[in-house]
Amino acid sequence: MALVTSSTLQDAYDVVIVGSGAGGGQAAYTLTMEGVKVLVIEAGRSFDPASEAAMFQLPSQAPLRAVPTPDKQYGFHDCSIESGWDIPGEPYTQNSKEPDKQFRWWRQRMMGGRTNHWGRISLRNGPYDFKPRSRWGAGFDWPISYDDVAPYYDKVELLVGVFGSNEGLENSPDSSPGVLLPPPALRVGELYAQKHGVRAGARVTSIHRAVLSRAQDAERTPARLHPGNSKAQRLLAENMRRRAACFWATDCHRGCSIGANYDSQTVHLRPALATGNLDILPNAMAREVTVNREGRATGVTFIDKLTGSEGHANGRVVVLAASSQESVRLLLNSKSNLFSHGLANSSGKVGKYVTDSVSSSLGGLIPAFEGMPVHNEDGAGGPHAYVPWTMHAENRNGGLGFPGGYHLEFMSGRQMPSMTTFLGVDGFAGGGGVLFGSRLKEEVRRFYGCSLGFGAQGTMLPNDGSFCELDPEVKDRWGIPVLRFHWQWTDFELNQVRHQQAHIRHLLEELGGRVKPFAEADVFKSMKPGGSVIHEVGGAIMGASAAESVTNQWSQTWDVKNLFLADGAPFASTADKNPTLTIMALAWRMADRVVEELRKGNL
Amino acid sequence: MERRTAIQWMLSVAATLALPDPRAADAAALSPPATGAGYGADPSMVRIYKPGDVWPLTFNARERRVAAALCDAIIPADELSPAASFVGVPEFLDEWVSAPYAAQQSDRRPLLEGLAWIDAEAKHRFQSEFAELDALRQAEICGDLARPDKARADLKSAASFFKRYRDLTLGAYYTTPEGMKAAGYVGNVPLVAFSGPPEEALRHVGLA
Repeated sequence: MALVTSSTLQDAYDVVIVGSGAGGGQAAYTLTMEGVKVLVIEAGRSFDPASEAAMFQLPSQAPLRAVPTPDKQYGFHDCSIESGWDIPGEPYTQNSKEPDKQFRWWRQRMMGGRTNHWGRISLRNGPYDFKPRSRWGAGFDWPISYDDVAPYYDKVELLVGVFGSNEGLENSPDSSPGVLLPPPALRVGELYAQKHGVRAGARVTSIHRAVLSRAQDAERTPARLHPGNSKAQRLLAENMRRRAACFWATDCHRGCSIGANYDSQTVHLRPALATGNLDILPNAMAREVTVNREGRATGVTFIDKLTGSEGHANGRVVVLAASSQESVRLLLNSKSNLFSHGLANSSGKVGKYVTDSVSSSLGGLIPAFEGMPVHNEDGAGGPHAYVPWTMHAENRNGGLGFPGGYHLEFMSGRQMPSMTTFLGVDGFAGGGGVLFGSRLKEEVRRFYGCSLGFGAQGTMLPNDGSFCELDPEVKDRWGIPVLRFHWQWTDFELNQVRHQQAHIRHLLEELGGRVKPFAEADVFKSMKPGGSVIHEVGGAIMGASAAESVTNQWSQTWDVKNLFLADGAPFASTADKNPTLTIMALAWRMADRVVEELRKGNL
Repeated sequence: MERRTAIQWMLSVAATLALPDPRAADAAALSPPATGAGYGADPSMVRIYKPGDVWPLTFNARERRVAAALCDAIIPADELSPAASFVGVPEFLDEWVSAPYAAQQSDRRPLLEGLAWIDAEAKHRFQSEFAELDALRQAEICGDLARPDKARADLKSAASFFKRYRDLTLGAYYTTPEGMKAAGYVGNVPLVAFSGPPEEALRHVGLA
């Protein structure tokens, strides 16, 4: 089994998965290692990180010095193709013309999906994050607790390789002993903030990221992950040996041709293919989940993008992992006599409760860094440290005006210059002029690496005003109805952003930083628009009852028992943690359930 | 060209030409908008590109001369690093004004007109092309444009051109190998281990 086309599909599969990213990749890995025959349908083309990722190329070797354009919306060397907020022929619409009531939707049409270009930040949700209603009286409690997911966090971290340290933090859980890879040494800016940030109540610790700070333990980890399954152990060991440790250069967003960071193909799909149990169908845009008269899913109808013709893949089980909102769209577009409002939507909750990380940032100049001796700060292609949320006592019952919290990510150091790196030089130098000549060169040298900033990413609980539905008019290039988004920030998010801005300002000032003197009066100017953090989740949330949610605790839809979700769609809220690790943990847990139910003959 | 595009273009021309600067008159003979397609949503990322590889360039010989001279007035050579024209910044600016994307298209006219203005100003003040002036005289013209807050009313549009041109030159220079070296970027090389900041860097900030 291997890469297939719509004409070489097998007649039937045990499981058809839509999407090849974090959720689809993890589901495919877990299922195929247990002998389940799987088809993965991917809307984009095949992509080879080993030969196609541009790791060392300089901006001067790309068109327009690699600045973002409509063709490459995160810049030329970002590891994303056929991707973006706006994709020709694949629109989505907004219910409102007001900017703060709009939602931006990043799509990534390539093998491995968004796992190709993310920051690899891999933080666990904590116990509070699964029970927001119990703790803050808002949102919904998930039908699972941290303890249900903890073993799967361990498994995913062992499989993909995550560096970090155990700090014993409240609600930012430790991993089990021996799971994490050693954290890299911190950079100057990170160490400086660690020392002086304490006065602002900021505790700087090593971050957790899916980067191999040393080679994985191919001798012992496979047995720990696949006890009693010698074939799985062998294939995983082989795959681990093919991955190199980080060589401490190049931005992880460019992709990793040596396999030192996690992407779905390198870590999930490659060993899954090696089992012989996986077919992957690229260039296929899923249109609809088909059902039989009994209301069971029978497979997926897709458009073959190479020929324009329609095809169908048969499966005993269907798993949607197309990205949360794309999976929602598939459900809503899967209408039939039995499911006139879309599939698995008897609750009317499909599309409801979309959330994203609440985010803003602020930076300044740290004069203490001026004239720093030149040294290499590339490191692991992204942050080594972060500021976890620790203000639990102050916010025990939402006393700060918002539920949950936020963590801070560093923007620091002498990273590779881009077209925008030195645009602040006039302001740093002062005097009000536009620098040029030899003075410009001197000031660039003096201030390079002296800016330090923090980006906050925080909790968002679901609200009734943030959801999507099918647009009654607009269709995409294949004639598939598109999503229309509604977005509504509540006082919770606005209060949180105000707190973020004040807290970061305080922190920068404790570092001796020069920050612009006045806080932004309009909170919407500080906060990132909905969807723009690309952490959107929800839309098919899990819950304790069929009336209030779309899936049960196994991400299995209440209405169609052989239909599962493996992306962010079942998330009942956004934590102050990045969602990818939790997507993988829940996908593994879901896949274990599918294996068990298939063996029992329940599917 | 679609009618709507043509109208927008005409409006932007009218707005630009309305600025009170008779010496920019020969800018009316400027090139039409850039044509050609972008690199598409699936270009080879690993390929090494140079200006002109993806879409045709714009500058004529005179524009190239003034573009290079102005780049070098902004980033001259010194004992540590070369001038902007030595590392391909003028070619980058040509690529930029020639690109088919909206952001670059909106820079095209102001930049081309600005280059024409600089030359006209040099002739007006010193009876010579900008590229033929000595560094002091070039700096005199640049200096008048480098204070947007204090610029004379008749120099406002030229000052805003200068800021934009400076920003592009600055970015383009420091994203080359020579520019990175000049700034003090020494990464982008594989290492066996990452051992953190050196002792002298820690001492510099009081951490050792």
